[in-house]
Amino acid sequence: MPKPLVKSGAEIDGYTIGECVHAGGMATLWTVTHPGIDVPLLMKIPRVSEGEDPAAIVSFEMEMMILPRLAGPHVPSCFGTGDFAHQAYVVIERIVGTTLYKRLPDLPLPYEEARQLVAGIATALADLHRQNVIHHDIKPSSIMFRGSGEAVLIDYGLSHHNHLPDLLQEEFRLPYGTAPYMAPERLLGVRDDPRSDLFSLGVLLYFFTTGERPFGEGETLRAMRRRLWRDPHPPRKLRADYPPWLQEVVLRCLEIEPVWRYPTASQLAFDLAHPDQVRLTTRSERMKRDPLSVAWRRRFNQGVMQPRAKADVAAQIASSPILAVALDTEEGAPELNEALRVTTERILATLPSARLACVNVLKLNRIAIDKTLDEQGSNKHVDRLVALRHWATPLKLDESRLTAHVLEAVDPAAALLEFAEMNSVDHLIIGARQGSFRRTLLGSVSSKVASEAACTVTVVRPPRMATAKPGAGVVWG
Amino acid sequence: MLLAVFSDIHGNRQAFEACLKLARAKGAERFILLGDFVGYGADPEWVVDTAMELVAQGAVAVRGNHDEAVNSTTESMNNEAQIAIEWTRGRLDAAQRRFLAELPMRVEDTDRLFVHSEASSPQRWTYVRSTTDAAKSLISTPAHVTFCGHIHRPALYSMSVTAKMTSFVPKTDVPVQLLRGRQWLAVLGSVGQPRDGDPSAAFALFDTVSCQITYCRAPYDVAAAAGRIRENGLPPWLADRLSQGR
Repeated sequence: MPKPLVKSGAEIDGYTIGECVHAGGMATLWTVTHPGIDVPLLMKIPRVSEGEDPAAIVSFEMEMMILPRLAGPHVPSCFGTGDFAHQAYVVIERIVGTTLYKRLPDLPLPYEEARQLVAGIATALADLHRQNVIHHDIKPSSIMFRGSGEAVLIDYGLSHHNHLPDLLQEEFRLPYGTAPYMAPERLLGVRDDPRSDLFSLGVLLYFFTTGERPFGEGETLRAMRRRLWRDPHPPRKLRADYPPWLQEVVLRCLEIEPVWRYPTASQLAFDLAHPDQVRLTTRSERMKRDPLSVAWRRRFNQGVMQPRAKADVAAQIASSPILAVALDTEEGAPELNEALRVTTERILATLPSARLACVNVLKLNRIAIDKTLDEQGSNKHVDRLVALRHWATPLKLDESRLTAHVLEAVDPAAALLEFAEMNSVDHLIIGARQGSFRRTLLGSVSSKVASEAACTVTVVRPPRMATAKPGAGVVWG
Repeated sequence: MLLAVFSDIHGNRQAFEACLKLARAKGAERFILLGDFVGYGADPEWVVDTAMELVAQGAVAVRGNHDEAVNSTTESMNNEAQIAIEWTRGRLDAAQRRFLAELPMRVEDTDRLFVHSEASSPQRWTYVRSTTDAAKSLISTPAHVTFCGHIHRPALYSMSVTAKMTSFVPKTDVPVQLLRGRQWLAVLGSVGQPRDGDPSAAFALFDTVSCQITYCRAPYDVAAAAGRIRENGLPPWLADRLSQGR
């Protein structure tokens, strides 16, 4: 292996080396400049000299494979990689600011701040998982925030890409990662379940809201293995004012069995964005850990854990989408609302982990001041929420899979598009208003939504019109 | 340079044509043929003629066990393969048989190695079924990338400097960078008789500059290839298995 060529002022493949800004156990970070690139850059160089941990090389190889394939605001942009044959490096954008690690002295954070912080991280994770990557090292020092507010996930040395060889699969006899944040299934050698990241994020949320790590700081395998059978103290035991909805979210993330956690990071982000709609279960009420008898039963029945099929990240995300149905409970024709329900039911039938958001837009006047109360004096907002839930009742959805939302807006199409964007909606179902006077006057909401939404949109028409007009009920991809 | 690598064509003209067409459309500049040109399929003459032409234009070709069996009666094979190879023998002329007989067992090209079965002892026609088999092959050569076929199922193995192995089932059309720091064994799927459950013809592209390998699939007229097998009186299972990809 050639000696590292790196020192200040040296040049590698057109990059001029600046100063060393970080020297970690696995790699060093240097500022670099390149004549053709005008964003601040960092060069990451692995420690590969004699006597260094071979893990440093392998995890660096993983980063070299994964980083160039990632895109979007939640990852650092990658500008180039250099091979081990000459000088191994990756050049990434330098994100201004510090990692969340710097916040540790401020813990516990106020609940609202922690909620917003973790919602942002969950959104970033959802984006990463959609790119077929499991991070596997979610912890405060792997998370930064852009000036524009988006969370950025850094450090992909332990990550798994579902479409690339996993170089770490046989490299280490023991699970490799950050002990306090590691999901229990990782201790059993599972590296292909995106819900492992949700567990780690649950640890972070617990830590940031209570000031304590749910599984301590134990680094030994014995200490780590406890989490395979021992549940953490419920946060409410540590802080009496802990909101039940937050405990529900935290403990769902920290479930030992991945299948009991949120199915996707998007669904976790959704709950964090709508705390008032989190469905509370016994998790939210827990004041102490499971009795020892239960924990010991778990401990000694681990052999009977179900053998798991090999997970496919994309398939799992695709089976757990967020659906939204836009309903006009006021003026919508009953047959259209019925057709919407039939379509929604069919889509839900094939997706047991999907969740459904029922959305209604309370149209505001452009000029006049709106009153919250209608002529009869009842609250319009509340009435509509009741109507939405009533519409959804025949779907017989578990409450944890159903939410209702009333948006107030002047432009209903813009409001729906924004809702879909903000909540990472995967599929929007909307009714077409046929032949209405208002449609001729104002343009169709559904056509604007269908043409501008980033997600799949299904435009539904009542069956009577479908027979009258060929091409009705078209799915817009 | 972009290499197109084909293995286990097995006399399947429709599959080979589809792969050549797709590879050329993707910009392939040089062809590598990993052996088993004949056996099973009903168009061995066309396939061997095409291979001879490609070699004349600079393609690399190595010998497979079915190619060897055409010229030798000592190769042991299962019953259906034996029937197919005897039928094939009668179809090929002297020049075609000589081409197969003179194929090298392995070809080295800078830091790449091309071989039909695996590198440790190519004449034994061992299948690479596991990381242990792959390790045996990788230890026997200094090549950065070894390309082989024979098992009819695509796979990608690597060995680190500390001899740790990884295995991977490649995803169609997703390029994988074969990093310099380790050795790689790229096992090709079959052009003419895929056995991984996907009936479409398998091949791969390799970019020698970026060191990226992309496993590709080419859909082809399976019914026509199966029809040719039936009308020539070859064992019907050889036709049936094409549509099932096994």
